[in-house]
Amino acid sequence: MTIAHHLDDATLMRYASGDLDEAFLVVVATHLAMCEQCRKAVRYAEELGGEMLFACEPADMNPAALNTLLNRIDADEPALARQEAVRGDLPAPLARKVGQSLENIAWRRVAPGVKRHVIEMDNSTSSSLYMLWIAPGVAVPEHGHGGSEMTLILSGAYRDDLGRFGPGDVADLDEHVEHQPRVEDGAPCICLIATETRARFSGLIGRLMQPFVGI
Amino acid sequence: MAPSAVQVRTLERYDGDPDFTALMSRISERDRDAFETLFVHFGPRVKALMLKSGAEHSVAEDIVQDVFMSVWRKADYYAPERGAVSTWIYSIARNARIDRLRRQSSKPYDDISEMEIEASDPDAEEELALVQRADKVAEAMVELPDEQRQIIELAYMHDLPQSEIATRLSLPLGTVKSRMRLAYAKLKQKLEEIR
Ligand SMILES: [Zn+2]
Repeated sequence: MTIAHHLDDATLMRYASGDLDEAFLVVVATHLAMCEQCRKAVRYAEELGGEMLFACEPADMNPAALNTLLNRIDADEPALARQEAVRGDLPAPLARKVGQSLENIAWRRVAPGVKRHVIEMDNSTSSSLYMLWIAPGVAVPEHGHGGSEMTLILSGAYRDDLGRFGPGDVADLDEHVEHQPRVEDGAPCICLIATETRARFSGLIGRLMQPFVGI
Repeated sequence: MAPSAVQVRTLERYDGDPDFTALMSRISERDRDAFETLFVHFGPRVKALMLKSGAEHSVAEDIVQDVFMSVWRKADYYAPERGAVSTWIYSIARNARIDRLRRQSSKPYDDISEMEIEASDPDAEEELALVQRADKVAEAMVELPDEQRQIIELAYMHDLPQSEIATRLSLPLGTVKSRMRLAYAKLKQKLEEIR
């Protein structure tokens, strides 16, 4: 898989520091599972955390902490064998949410040529996560976003001003970026999308955009 | 946030500090003394991280216990070619912070580290470069302009969301992001000097 579009450096740092909410974390981790280059880049970003931890002023510990810990390790059971990773078509961070295969997604038709599957989050969050199935040749109306949006292509491809996005590519966009993706002919495009806020569109544009920007 | 803390640490790196990589291999062979040495060094720092992230003392102590139980249980999976011991502990602490303080799931992080363990292809050259790499990261930190270092400190150590950093510093979100990108670029440039 040749990946042309990667995570923004600021996103790598948010991942490394633990600042992504669940919807974005799933998209980022799914891309990481597909992209060795970004996994390496994340390791770099994590090294900053290691360096800051190393260099920080230590806090006073409860004097009993060490003994408590040593007692706990003495009582600890031998390490459990690592669980065999689940194998399937989809990377683990996404498979946890939607199962092993794209074949079994419960799609709901939301517009001609467009189906959606909304993914439930563990906690209430201001972001939402969903998958879209877009038929070959369908163009998504031009739109900006109410907040940042991240789209990861799982299968098929689309093109917009930023280029061609195929499997593994991620569009990690700021709120002010406008784009008008068009799915390539030949195969549907299936993508995973996290959006930061529910976009507030109204009128005709709003109704047109409804299927694309979330719930 | 003061640059001095970072500078002092680079000078002291080889004087008083134990060889953490060697400690980790002893810990993976269930060496309690090595574990104790590692805890004495990093326990109070992990606690400091949790306090900065907004935890109460007792919660911070609890999280330190959990983090070091994970260190003990997962010692086998520490791979020097993937990063410094401090980085590995930071990532375990970050995951605990996500679970305990942010009340979210850190499972996606586990999925990625599982993948890395499976794909692990120990690269001797990378392992040799490890000490050098830690120096480069320290150098990058020292050379960062204060305005960039402050932002990454707030993100990594104080657990502030990007939007909250923007609010506290009265900066547009875009400025916070671009400073993060600049800091990352500096780090990357330093790390790539090694090759
Ligand atoms: Zn990538």
